Order: sequence, then C-alpha cells, then structure tokens
Amino acid sequence: MEHLDQLEAESIYILREAYKKLGKLGMLWSIGKDSTVLLWLAKKAFYGHVPFPFIHVDTKRKIPEMIVYRDKIAKELGLDLIVHTNQEAIDAGIGPEAGRLLCCKALKTDGLKQVVHQYGFDGLIVGVRRDEEGSRSKERVFSERKEDDAWDYRNQPPELWDQFKTDFPKGHHIRVHPLLAWNEIDIWEYIRQENIPIIDLYFAKNGKRYRSLGCACCTGQIDSEADTLDKIIEELKTTKTNERAGRKQDQEDSYAMQKLRKEGYM
Amino acid sequence: MNEKQAGLNIVVVGHVDHGKSTVLGRLLYDTGALPSGAVEKVKKIAHDTGKPFEYAYLLDAFEEEQQQGITIDTTQIQFSTKKRDYIIIDAPGHKEFLKNMISGAANAEAALLVVDAHEGVQEQSKRHAYMLSLLGIRKVYVLVNKMDLVGYREEAFRRIAGVLGEFLSTLDVHPLLYLPVSGFCGDNIAEKSRNMPWYKGKSLLDSLDLMEGKTRMGDSALRFPIQDVYKFDDRRIIAGRIEAGHLAAGDRISIYPGGRETTIASIACWQEKDKKTEAFAGESTGIQVQDEFFNQRGEIITRVGDVPPLVSKRFRASIFWMGRQPLKFHKKYKLKLATQEVEAELAAITKIIDAAELTSRKDAEEIRINDVAEVILQLKEEIAFDLFRDFQATGRFVLVDGYDVAGGGIVSAVEEEGSLFSERTMRYIMEHLPLNGELTVVVKDGKVERLERVEKEVFSGIDGEGI
Repeated sequence: MEHLDQLEAESIYILREAYKKLGKLGMLWSIGKDSTVLLWLAKKAFYGHVPFPFIHVDTKRKIPEMIVYRDKIAKELGLDLIVHTNQEAIDAGIGPEAGRLLCCKALKTDGLKQVVHQYGFDGLIVGVRRDEEGSRSKERVFSERKEDDAWDYRNQPPELWDQFKTDFPKGHHIRVHPLLAWNEIDIWEYIRQENIPIIDLYFAKNGKRYRSLGCACCTGQIDSEADTLDKIIEELKTTKTNERAGRKQDQEDSYAMQKLRKEGYM
Repeated sequence: MNEKQAGLNIVVVGHVDHGKSTVLGRLLYDTGALPSGAVEKVKKIAHDTGKPFEYAYLLDAFEEEQQQGITIDTTQIQFSTKKRDYIIIDAPGHKEFLKNMISGAANAEAALLVVDAHEGVQEQSKRHAYMLSLLGIRKVYVLVNKMDLVGYREEAFRRIAGVLGEFLSTLDVHPLLYLPVSGFCGDNIAEKSRNMPWYKGKSLLDSLDLMEGKTRMGDSALRFPIQDVYKFDDRRIIAGRIEAGHLAAGDRISIYPGGRETTIASIACWQEKDKKTEAFAGESTGIQVQDEFFNQRGEIITRVGDVPPLVSKRFRASIFWMGRQPLKFHKKYKLKLATQEVEAELAAITKIIDAAELTSRKDAEEIRINDVAEVILQLKEEIAFDLFRDFQATGRFVLVDGYDVAGGGIVSAVEEEGSLFSERTMRYIMEHLPLNGELTVVVKDGKVERLERVEKEVFSGIDGEGI
C-alpha cells in the first residue's frame, strides 16, 4: 500500500470511529491546508455527506484573504459552518500588545471553549500533526479534555491497536486528531494527488509565501519562489526551517505551545 | 512515486536512564533529520538553564521531561534513509509510565532494546522485552549503550549480550543483531566507530535498513469487521477497514457471529475517480450487499470458503494490566475487540507472571497494575474473533474499566462453553473425586460440564487454582 493511501485509510478509520462513538461532533476548520485536507477526508469517509458542522474560531485578526476564502468555500461546498468570536475579549481590548500568549488564550482557547460549551460538543475533530511541534508529538488520537478543557498531558490514557478513548464523563470532551501521523509534505502531496482546492496565500508572490496561516499580526511569510504545488513539495524536501517559524506566539517561551495547549488550545 | 520500500515503525524500549532518547536524539541529529528550529530550541533551553546540550531534549519536549531528565510520554518522529521512511517511537523506561510505553510499542513492527553497558540488564529491560514478545514484535535489535563508560571493551559487550540473549530466548525473542553503541558520544550511531575496531558489524543507521519490512496480510482469508452502516442517501453502505485479505464485487461473503451469507454488489465511493471493484488489507472501504438484512457494527465479514473466525463466549488469553484498580473477579468490564464491544468477566487466572523475573504466582486473586497474566475470560454474548497467532487484528483486545482502557490482551485459545475449569483442575477432579454417589460431576468430551453443589468442597482441596 502506498504511503498516502495508508495515511488516508487510517484517517478515515479515525473519523468513522469518532462519528460512531462520540455524541455531538464538530470539526475545526481554520481555512489552512491541514484542516482543508481534513474536510476532504471527511467527504471521503462519509461518501460526500459530512454529518457534522464545521467550526471556525474567528479572532477578527486573521489574514483578510482567509475570511473571503472561508465564505466562498463554505458556500460552494454547502458547509454547515459555525463562526464564533470571543467578542467580550475583543471589546475588553485584548490584542497581541497585551502579550501574545494572553491574546492567543483569550481569542483562540477561550473562544473555542465558548463554542464547545454553547453547543455541547462531545467531540471536536482537529487537524494537528505530530511533526508540527513538541507537545503535539506527544498527543493521543483521541485526547480527553476535562470540564475546564484542560489537557492532562502528564497522565494520558493508554492508546493501542486503534482502540480509542470513547468512554468519558458528561461535560468532558474528546479532541480527535485524525492527521497526527501526517507530516507537512504528506499534506501537500495529498493535496496534489486529490486536487484539493487550497487558499492561494500558500503560493509565492514576489518572493514570499505563507507556510502556516494564522492571525495577520502574528504570522510571518517566508522567502520562497514556490508558486506551484510541485515547487512547494520540492522546497519542503530541502528546507531545514521549522514550519511554525513564522508563528510569533511559538517563540514567546520555550514551552509556549505546551502551556497554551494544556489550557485547551488546539 | 519512488523506489523506496514501505515505511517501518520502530519502537525504542529499555530500562529508565539507559539512554533511549539520547540514542534517538543523536541519530536524528547526526543524520540532519531535524529542522534547525528544533536544534536551536534545545540549545536555547540548555543555555537558559545552564545545563549541557542534551540530545534527549530533541524528543522529550515537555518541560517536566527536560527538568527531570526522563521521558514521560511516548513520541513519534519521522526519519528517512535512502532506502525507506521510518517512524521512530520513543517510549518511556520508567515503570510508572508502562502504559505509555505500551501505547508506543503497540504501533510498532520492530524494536530497538537499549541496555546500559555499565548497569547491565535491569527490571524494565526484562519487562519491556516481555511486552515485545506479548505484542508480537519479533524484529528486535539490541543496543548495548554507553560503551564509552566501559572503555569500549569487547568483553563488557559480550557479557551483556550473553546475559540478555539467554533471558530473551526464554521469551522466544531472538534478536537479529546486537550493536555496541554510545548515544552520548555518537559511536556506531550514524557512522561506524573507530573506538571499537573489534566490532565488525554496521552502524545503527546502516543496520536499520537491513530490517525486513512490513508484511501485509493481503493473501490471507478476509477479515472485514463492520465499523458502521451508513444510509446518507439511497445507498446502504457497510463501512469498515479490511484487516486481512481482500474483497471484490461479486464475492460471496459470510457475516459472523451469525454466519449469514450474501454477495457483495459493489464497492462504494464518493468520487468517480475512486471507483473500484476490489479492495485490500489496510483500506478503509465500504460495500453494498445484495441481501439487505440487518447488519451491525462489530460483525466480522469473511468470504465463503475462507477460514471462518472462531465464535464463542469464552476464551483463554494473555493479558497485561495497566489500571490503577486491579482486575478482579465478579466485576464487569467492557471488552473491545476490533469493532466489537461486549461485557466481560474474569473467569479464571491460570497464572500471573512477574515479567521482570519470569516467575509465576498461582495463588493470585486479582491482577494488579503492571502484571502480566494468563486468564480465561467469560463474555456476556458470543463474539467472532481469531487466535492472535493467526490474525493479529482480530485476535487482540482491550479491557475498559469504567472510563479507562485498563488492560490489553491477545487471544491464545478458544474455550468451550461450560468448561469451567482448567486442565490442571480437571486432572485433580478426575484423580481425587469419586464420580458417583452424591457428587454431580458431569463430564462431556473431556470437559467438566457441571459441578454445582459441591464446588466449595472441591476447591478447598485444590491449591490455589483461582476460579
């Protein structure tokens, strides 16, 4: 079996388990490459029907093209899309000037918590990958979050033979991670193989491109001439830079992501 | 797309502090497999904390892991050679984190067992080796690490290899290679060391490529457990992943445990480009069948003529226990095998093995955390399954206690319904009890079928066979 087929089969298996075993289910869609691949896999898993809503936590600070693209794709694919903003935090004037980790926590982590509790989700499908950064490399495929949405990373349950954590008390929820085993190149090769529509911010213009998408204030571009899928894949084969090097919140503290994710960040 | 072989998942196991993460960190560092950001980050941490650069920090990402210098949870890192891609799974060596070690090792096809040349074989070296044998991981390399601490001497290496080899052979684990290495100094990791001219083998990096790759069960009998049944549109699709064998439109199939037969009408797809008439082991697929009788998650589909799965309410298994609460008699657990879920109870403990000493206790009344045991399980309903040695995916299961997966196991034999007793108990009964008078011992086909009113009397005379 080819590498991509194997990854696809495993991700579809995970999505189907989540749908069968968890109650109310939603999928986070950030408009980025990973969650767009996830959207595609869900279409495949359920034969064109996606039996749960998509969720976008909008910080109102996203790169503007992302929002235009979001609304266009949602309309074209007929997605059941929930857009949520932590308006109280924005009204209270929270922004990166207050400290990037504080801002991420308020606009993303807390925004996400509000959606989970407002809609009563038992499962949230999230497109994180092990190769992105250290704390994600330690994740489980089905990862429990307690009442306060905290990740008890020091005491994760055993996970073996694709028998996932599907039993948990009411009020807890499960973060489902179908892309954990994929790496950045796999994502791009799959986009090429499946011809998946992808936002053009990833393609180089005037010697620059985005390698990872986020809020405009905290996301930098990289120097690149890669303006096609083939060129992006070639570039990634030789690069030695970290995928999230352009994400400023990661650089705030050596354990920034661990700390954010412990509190419920995606 | 390229000439590379299929990927291989390798777990690194061994006793705490024997240098598993350091060996791996070094391998990744020396082969340039890491993004510069990762190395810079560890350098910065070393600088900020005033500690020396630790290769292990490249894998031990948690703050607590770096502060305490131990691996808490398992990590997977991708790594490539010219020959193929690897997923290297780092597993914690501390006894307290055995459940995390098992979570890592359960995903592996091959293992590197790391032993400290200075400290020699320790408790977790043995326990981990036992777990490898139980998980069915047969491709094993032994790395005798920290050779720099024993002056790179051949006899130190030989001694440890000898002691370990003898222990492993009792588990039927036969390492393919023994390598003398130093993760800290980089000896025999990415390149052959000049410090050990007596060692004629290859470096770890070159040795990895010698390991045989995955063997997919494509030619075997079909095992297609039903994961779900969809009716999103006018199609009724039976969805699942093929665990062994292959299926094709037109195949006659049997659905177990019921055993009803029908024919595969077609293989479902979303897009026209994915249309196909055959599917193979490893694929997540979906089929439409001709006779639309009730199907449900958990049932196992095979082809008519294939070796059928076993169907029973009772089987013998080797299990490992990871729960804080012990596994007890007279308590209900949820057993999950492939996509089936059924209520299960402990019917007998045949023996409990101290995995570090390989001694067995027979007087046990419960199975405690980190114990390995041979047991008989009684299920509430019949399920379809296989012996682990025949089909891994349908021959292994987990036990859920409350909300948590607390144990895992492999099926070793099917037990007839009603055979309450082990062979040893049977022999005792046959030898010591008069099969007449007031005793109502009914034996059928060599098994005790009924033994109701005299149970207590019988058991007071049997040394410790827990029923």
